[in-house]
This record gives sequence, structure tokens and C-alpha cells, in this order.
Amino acid sequence: MSTTLAAEVAISVPKRANYARSYWAFVVPAGAVVAGVIVLPWVFTLVMSVFEWKVGSNPTFVGLENYTRLFADERFQWATLRTLFFTALAVFFPMLLGVAAAVAFQRPFFLRGLARTVFILPMMATPVAVALIWTMMFHPQLGVLNYILTSLGLPPSAWSYDAVSVIPTLVLVETWQWTPLVMLIVLGGLASLPQDPYEAAKLDGASSWQMFWHISLPLVWPHIIVALVIRTIDALKAFDTIYVISEGGPGTASETLNILLYSTAFKYYDMGYGSAITVVFFILIMLVSLVLFSARQKAGQS
Amino acid sequence: MSEVKGRRFSARRLAGNLGFGLAIFALISPAILVFLWMLSLALKTEVDNTAFPPVFIPDPPTMANFVQVFEKNDFLQYGWNSIVVSFSATGLALLLGVPAGFGIAKSKASRAAALIMIARVTPGLSYLVPLFIIFQWLGLTGTLTPIIITHLVITVPIVVWVMIGFFEGLPAELEEAALVDGATIWQAFRHIALPLARPGITVATILAFIFSWNNFIFGVVLAGRETRTLPVAVYNVLTFEQVSWGPLAAAALLVTAPVLLLTLIAQKEIVAGLTAGGVKGG
Repeated sequence: MSTTLAAEVAISVPKRANYARSYWAFVVPAGAVVAGVIVLPWVFTLVMSVFEWKVGSNPTFVGLENYTRLFADERFQWATLRTLFFTALAVFFPMLLGVAAAVAFQRPFFLRGLARTVFILPMMATPVAVALIWTMMFHPQLGVLNYILTSLGLPPSAWSYDAVSVIPTLVLVETWQWTPLVMLIVLGGLASLPQDPYEAAKLDGASSWQMFWHISLPLVWPHIIVALVIRTIDALKAFDTIYVISEGGPGTASETLNILLYSTAFKYYDMGYGSAITVVFFILIMLVSLVLFSARQKAGQS
Repeated sequence: MSEVKGRRFSARRLAGNLGFGLAIFALISPAILVFLWMLSLALKTEVDNTAFPPVFIPDPPTMANFVQVFEKNDFLQYGWNSIVVSFSATGLALLLGVPAGFGIAKSKASRAAALIMIARVTPGLSYLVPLFIIFQWLGLTGTLTPIIITHLVITVPIVVWVMIGFFEGLPAELEEAALVDGATIWQAFRHIALPLARPGITVATILAFIFSWNNFIFGVVLAGRETRTLPVAVYNVLTFEQVSWGPLAAAALLVTAPVLLLTLIAQKEIVAGLTAGGVKGG
């Protein structure tokens, strides 16, 4: 019995290895495209970042000058700080609301499917289209939001039209738009949990809050970390809504790294400097991702 | 005694259910209200749109804003551009990405998967700086080709990512049986794995299409006057050339309506795809 099994394994192992090599043929076409539109641009960006490269004039090699200029550039430093501030807020609120929403949507109720679909509409809708509607709602004189605030006896806000309130306003839109993605990922985790611990806890007379805190939360923790990683990356590279609602303004009050990169490359056509920003921005995103991924692995182990 | 206890219990349950209903209502109302306000702005006259206090319900509703969107702009041209770009980018991504997802899943090439994940992590704008220069050298600016090519940056990773997950979930026995019977790997893929993976392909198609349709950043940099996609057109043309809110809201509604309808129709597939991979374009 055991000898036949061993013989089978012996036959199947080289065969499998052979198959594994042939599967690469399936990956090559997509690999070529990925190389062309993803890897090649990265390499080219690195090259451009050591050139003084303006559209319409000849590039000249400047070594690391773009980088030294970058680290001395106050506008870049502020953009980095702003990006981190925006990201912290635009991660915290969607995470909080998303986990709460996932718990709510896990419970069966009348028309749950429809309610869930409506809930995810903000993340599926065209960002530019909804950002334009938000812009109209934020209008200090004619906007519906200030009407609602004043009707409730609250002072009106200048929303995206004021340097102090612009980032919280953009965080509000980002939260509205991306809470659903956090909800979906955490809901997927909740749905895959085993039922036994709950039944045991119920027999022991645990309250639903106790069950959430001591059973659901620890079990669903890896999914929460995944949602956290994805949300953080998306918040770092948020562009559409910021660009449409405030274009980085007023002044540079909401200029994040992505907006600064856009202006540098496609308003001033300073491609070399823009490439240096891209490289540093990319390193920042990879660092944050690595920290979060290692946190995820730790959460998975414990 | 027990009757009183039972009644009190059900009253508490009723209060709990009511609270729960209110919580659900509070969760979904921001989504509903923004879209309703979009609809309201699109259906009102300019006088009503700029009235303060605001007019909430259009009375009577007017289609004038929609008429103006089509009359004053080349909206049909932009719509056609969007259709060409999104269908091409999605079709090409399926052609390339479905076999790639199969290959990666079967050979357990986690490094290839990681490369795809990095594409998901990097901002779309970072590809645009080099690609913009390359397209200028190739003389491709002013056509739809560069826009389609850049949309592959979004659609290919989505399709590959969804398909890896799907092919990994398929039972391997059927294919192995076919291979033992002398089928080539291509035949096993074409006749066994591919038909089984049809639900996964549906999910990948819908998500790739939606995120390509919604994409703004590639078009805003690469599109010329004639090659604008809808999100770019609604931002560029309408915002700068018409400051009135009604036509702008009507155009915004037209741009996003196909995606909203698709979400309502295919919510099951979309939820399945997003839950599994957390995919998103841009």
C-alpha cells in the first residue's frame, strides 16, 4: 500500500514540475504588457529623475540635484505632512464606520441585499461626478449643506473654500466614498467565522456586546488589518476628489503629494523634478505598505 | 408572572429592532441623499438651483438641463470615446489576464502575484509622467490609443487578481484527470478550467469595466479635445464653459448612471469580487 503510494508520488512529482514550467506560457503575454506599461515606466522614471527634463527642451544630466532640491523644498515638505495628516483621518473614520457597518450588515434583516447595494454605491459611482455634486453642496452661500447647518442652529462652514476646513471637508468626502470598501472586506471576514464559539457563548449567557468584543473582533482581526492596509494605500494616493473639489487649494492648503506631482509634471512640465517626486512618493507608499503588511503577518500569527 | 416577563422581553426586542433599523437608516442615508440631491439638481431650473433656501423637490421637473448637455456639447462623441476605451481596455485585459491568472494560480507563482499587487499599490499618476513622454515620442498623442494603453494599468491587475483567486478555488482533479488522459495544458485550460471559471470572468469583467469607465486621471492628462472620455469631459468642458449647476449635475448623472445601474444589477458579483481582493483602480 505504502509502496504504491510512494511510487505514485515519485511519478507525479517530476510530471508536476514539468507542468509548472509549461504554465509560464499563459503568463507571458500579460507579463509583456505589464513590463511595457508598468515596469518600463518605473525604470524610465528613475532615469528621468536624474535629468533636468522639461517638455520642449533637451534633457541634461544633473545627477541627484533633483533630489537635493526636493528635500530642501518647503512646498514638498508641507505636501508630505499634509498627505500624512489627510491619510490618518481618511483611514481612521472609514475604518471606524466600516467595521460598525459590517457588524450591522452581518445581521439578517428585511431588504438587506438592497440596503447593502445602496451602501456601496458611493464607491462604485464615478468619482468626478460625485465630487462635482459635493462641490455644489459645499458652496458657502448657495450650498445645501450650509442651509442644513443653519436650519439646525449651527454656524455655517466655509467647507472646501477655506484653508482650515478644506482637509476635514475632503476627509468627509473620502469617508463617504470609501467606508463601503472597508465594510465589504470586514463583512467577508465576519461571514466566514465559525458558528460554534457563538453558540457556546450564548449558552454561557454572554451578551451580544461581549460576543462581539471577545469572539468576533479577535477572529476578524486579520480582515480588519487587510482593510486597513488597502485603505491606507488608497488614502495616500487619493487624487480625483481632491483635484476636482479643491485642486489643492485654497492656495496650497490641500496640496497633497499626488496633487503636487500633478502640478509639477503637467502644469509646469518639469518632468525631471516630477520624476524625483514620484520616486520619493513611491518609496513612502512602499514603506507604509511594508509596515502594515508586517503588522498583518503578526496579527495572522497570534 | 411569566406573561409579564414575556411582554417586557418583546418590548425590549421591539426597541432593539427599532434602534437597529435606525442605525441601518443612518448608515445608508448619506449615500441616498447625495444621489437624490444630484437628481434634484439635474431636474431643476437654474433659478431653483441657486435659490436660498434651497428648493428640494423639482416642481415641475424639467428636462432642459439634459437637453442643454447634448445640444451645447459633443456629449455623444465623449460617450463614444468612453465606450471605446472601456470596452477595449476590458477586452484586452481579459484576453491577457485570464490565462495569466490561470498560469499564476497553477504554478503558484507568488512573486508574479506580488508584482501585480505592487501595480495596485502605486498611484496611477506615477505611470503617467514617463508614459506621457513615451507617447509623445511615438506620436500617439491626440488618439485614443494611449488612453486605452494606460487603462490597461488598471484593468490587467484587476482581471489577473480576481482570476488568480478564482482558479485557486477550482478543484484540481478534473484538469489533472484530463492531463493524465493525454490532453495538453492548453486543452485543459480551454475546455475544463475556462468554462468552470465563467463566474469569475463575469466578476473580473464588471469590475475592470467600472474602474476603467470611472477613471479620470489618465484621460485628464492624455486626452485632447476630440479624445476626452466622459469623466474628463464633465470636468473640463462643463466646469469651465458653463458655470450653471443644472447642466453640470445632469451631465454628472449621465456619466455615472451606467455604473450605478450596473452596480444595482450585478451587486452579487461586485460584492464577491471586492470582498475577495479589495481591488480598485487608479
